[in-house]
Amino acid sequence: MSIADKYNAIRIAAVEKIDKMKEKPHVLVGTATCGRAAGALTILDVFREEADKHQLDIIIDEVGCMGHCYAEPLVVIAKPGFPTLCYGPVDEGIAKRLVVDFLVNDDPCYDFAIAALEPNDEFPTFEDFPRGVIEKKIILADCGFIDPNDIDHYLARDGYAALAKVLEMEPYAVIEEVKSAKLRGRGGAGFPTGVKWERCFKAEGSPKYVICNADEGDPGAFMDRAILESNPHQLIEGMIIAAYAIQASTGYIYVRAEYPLAVARLRNAISQAREKGLLGDNILGSDFSFDVIIFQGSGAFVCGEETALIESIEGKPGVPNHRPPYPATCGLYGKPTVINNVKTLSYVPHILRKGADWFRSIGTENSPGTAVFALAGKVVGTGLVEVPMGTTIRELVYDVGSGIKDDKMFKAVQIGGPSGGCLPESSLDLPIDFDSLQEAGAMMGSGGLVVLDEDDCMVEIARFFLDFTQKESCGKCTFCRLGTKQMLDILTDITQGKGSLEDLNILQDLAEDVKMGSLCSLGKTAPNPVLTTLKYFRDEYEAHINEGRCPALMCKDLITYIIIPEKCSKLCDVCIGSCPTEAIYTRPDMLKAIYLDKCVKCNNCMVACPPQYKAVIKVSPPIVEEKEETVEGGKEDE
Amino acid sequence: MELLPGELEQIKAETAEILQQHGTERQELIPIIQEIQERLGYLPKPAMEQVARALDIPEVDVYSVATFYNQFRLNPPGKHQIKVCMGTACHMMGGHIVMDSFERRLEIKEGETTPDREFSLERVACVGCCALAPVVLVDEKVEAKVSPIRVDGILLTFEIEKSEQEKVEEKEQQEGGVEE
Ligand SMILES: Cc1cc2nc3c(=O)[nH]c(=O)nc-3n(C[C@H](O)[C@H](O)[C@H](O)COP(=O)(O)O)c2cc1C
Ligand code: SF4
Ligand code: SF4
Ligand code: SF4
Ligand code: FES
Ligand code: FES
Repeated sequence: MSIADKYNAIRIAAVEKIDKMKEKPHVLVGTATCGRAAGALTILDVFREEADKHQLDIIIDEVGCMGHCYAEPLVVIAKPGFPTLCYGPVDEGIAKRLVVDFLVNDDPCYDFAIAALEPNDEFPTFEDFPRGVIEKKIILADCGFIDPNDIDHYLARDGYAALAKVLEMEPYAVIEEVKSAKLRGRGGAGFPTGVKWERCFKAEGSPKYVICNADEGDPGAFMDRAILESNPHQLIEGMIIAAYAIQASTGYIYVRAEYPLAVARLRNAISQAREKGLLGDNILGSDFSFDVIIFQGSGAFVCGEETALIESIEGKPGVPNHRPPYPATCGLYGKPTVINNVKTLSYVPHILRKGADWFRSIGTENSPGTAVFALAGKVVGTGLVEVPMGTTIRELVYDVGSGIKDDKMFKAVQIGGPSGGCLPESSLDLPIDFDSLQEAGAMMGSGGLVVLDEDDCMVEIARFFLDFTQKESCGKCTFCRLGTKQMLDILTDITQGKGSLEDLNILQDLAEDVKMGSLCSLGKTAPNPVLTTLKYFRDEYEAHINEGRCPALMCKDLITYIIIPEKCSKLCDVCIGSCPTEAIYTRPDMLKAIYLDKCVKCNNCMVACPPQYKAVIKVSPPIVEEKEETVEGGKEDE
Repeated sequence: MELLPGELEQIKAETAEILQQHGTERQELIPIIQEIQERLGYLPKPAMEQVARALDIPEVDVYSVATFYNQFRLNPPGKHQIKVCMGTACHMMGGHIVMDSFERRLEIKEGETTPDREFSLERVACVGCCALAPVVLVDEKVEAKVSPIRVDGILLTFEIEKSEQEKVEEKEQQEGGVEE
């Protein structure tokens, strides 16, 4: 049997199985990590129990991330004769109603639906919303809509078709195709993938290795995790193709330790691929053999750096090495090694199936394709999004993300995590691609995008990232180790109102030194969050220093919690119960007030005070307390 | 740290069992100690010594790996592990306030274990649920949108559980005594 015949046999079997499944009503519950956090497993149980109770002949599957994380738990129901609908957020009551009203009877409960999946006459689809108009899904297209634990779902959607095609090509032709697609690495730096592969292909030495970098260390990002949990086969297919192109026989997936569900789904996917003859010896009957090993990282951000990652697999502390030599020529165990990010490898099957021209037709000239972002922070539509490169930040925040939560004012986007920067309102029309972000002082990074509003302090966020990189520095370079520490100390002082204007110049100088004196990109990019905030939000630094005031009311040492007498209802007393330190007392006139010296600024009372009163507020600069008065008031109350 | 009676034997036996399932190449080191930690909850000193002997590498190599990576702990964890997400989104949505609340309630600092070994408190970076920030992992279960008030609720649940369990145990002991 030829490769194509072999492939067609398993594909047709899969299509038949899936078609048969489609004759029955089908319920998909999104149970990726974040769905689980929102209670998806309980919803799954409710569907199973209710289906049993009503003796329904339906299929209930667990799927991954649909991208609409703001509306979790998410459920998709496909019932023959009705449009396929996506519902969310689904609680137990809604789940029960969906079973009884929709699955038993024929009322699709449009009230609870977010959108339909295909065009129909009854209900709008995702494409009818601004988000759907801008989004262009390639590697997220199937995420959340196929069962990641069953390879047949992937196969039925032409999964592994690219592999079958590639196995009949010359390895170098595969590299040419990826080069011509101008695919750039999605791990942060944007290095051309085809060029990397070519170097490795031409390098002397064997065996060769392929490593998938799934360390995802950016502390505000979850794209790779969602892809691993939702569509593991897309990545595995990409890895096999990369391996074939450079003629490697072993691959590693280096997964972050904190991603147990991703590891479990990957393990299962690998063993199913082996059973179908897609991994292992003589893949699809060809002469090519390749297998994949999962390596779990151990929680060190620096191990995302490729040379450190290699050290880590070899069983050593993850300390970066000087490059060159690059891993492509001298990598794992000194052998030529290709290291690519999860997303980079996930594009590969699509490029080989649809061609380099198709890929280049999306996005911009120098950054073709799409960008995947984990939208988080103060944006309404948090979740996982995929937009063509060149989309502006404004479109991303306002159209795709539906704007800022609670009618607050937009302040900045933090893009690229600890290596990236904060871009202000004036950068909203910046097109997102590797080069323009770098010019603005930020970085594509791995795709974390946190939206910040008026309540977020820019000095604090710079301090937060410095604190992170400083802790994660491996310590090899003096500037990275000590320079970041010194910068952190200065920033901490400023957030406590102990800074001076001179500090800002020192920060600037230190930032330049750390950039220059660091070996790897952790140190080289660590100052970016500080430099961008200094550049775009200098006034906030100055307010902290000159007035002892935190404009965003975030820095604990510069705020005071008070109760506005005119707003307090007197009678509700909710705040008193919420305070962990008994800092709130009742005044003789029954109004509430706060002992400033007892208050630990936990924010409880502000959350607890009913929204119709909103009597608790924060003020900055902090109030210097008049002790005696408050103590007296307290005494009277007792 | 003092080992309880019988603990050393258990450590040795478990470590030996894990070592048997692995080769003796250097690259087995991290998977081996990951497994030890998974079973024992931490990396006891005798276990690390045993691993060094088995892989024929200096003990200090095992320590340097164990201390380099954040995942490994050298002291036993609390019975309940509380991990507060301090990723970007969670931090900006009030994760630091949640951490403060746990520190205050448990009277320990981040990275420590309560003296009764009931709770340990740690920070983690993004666990992939930023959409539900701020989040806390309580014994690997994700708690979403945690407010300082919820912190009290989480700890209260454990306290109730514990006192109920103690009651059951007491009862069992009494009943057991009668039977004997
Ligand atoms: C401190 C640091 C952390 C990194 N973390 C990651 C990561 O989590 N995931 C990733 O794919 N690349 C990460 N990188 C980039 C990798 O070194 C490497 O460039 C990338 O994996 C190459 O894949 P690509 O060409 O597909 O982008 C990191 C780099 C540095 C310096
Ligand atoms: S720059 Fe920092 S993290 Fe990178 S090698 Fe130097 S000390 Fe280590
Ligand atoms: S902020 Fe916290 S400690 Fe201060 S008064 Fe309010 S509830 Fe009490
Ligand atoms: S909760 Fe608000 S309204 Fe009620 S007593 Fe406290 S401050 Fe007044
Ligand atoms: S929809 Fe759950 S992780 Fe996105
Ligand atoms: S930052 Fe906490 S889950 Fe992502």
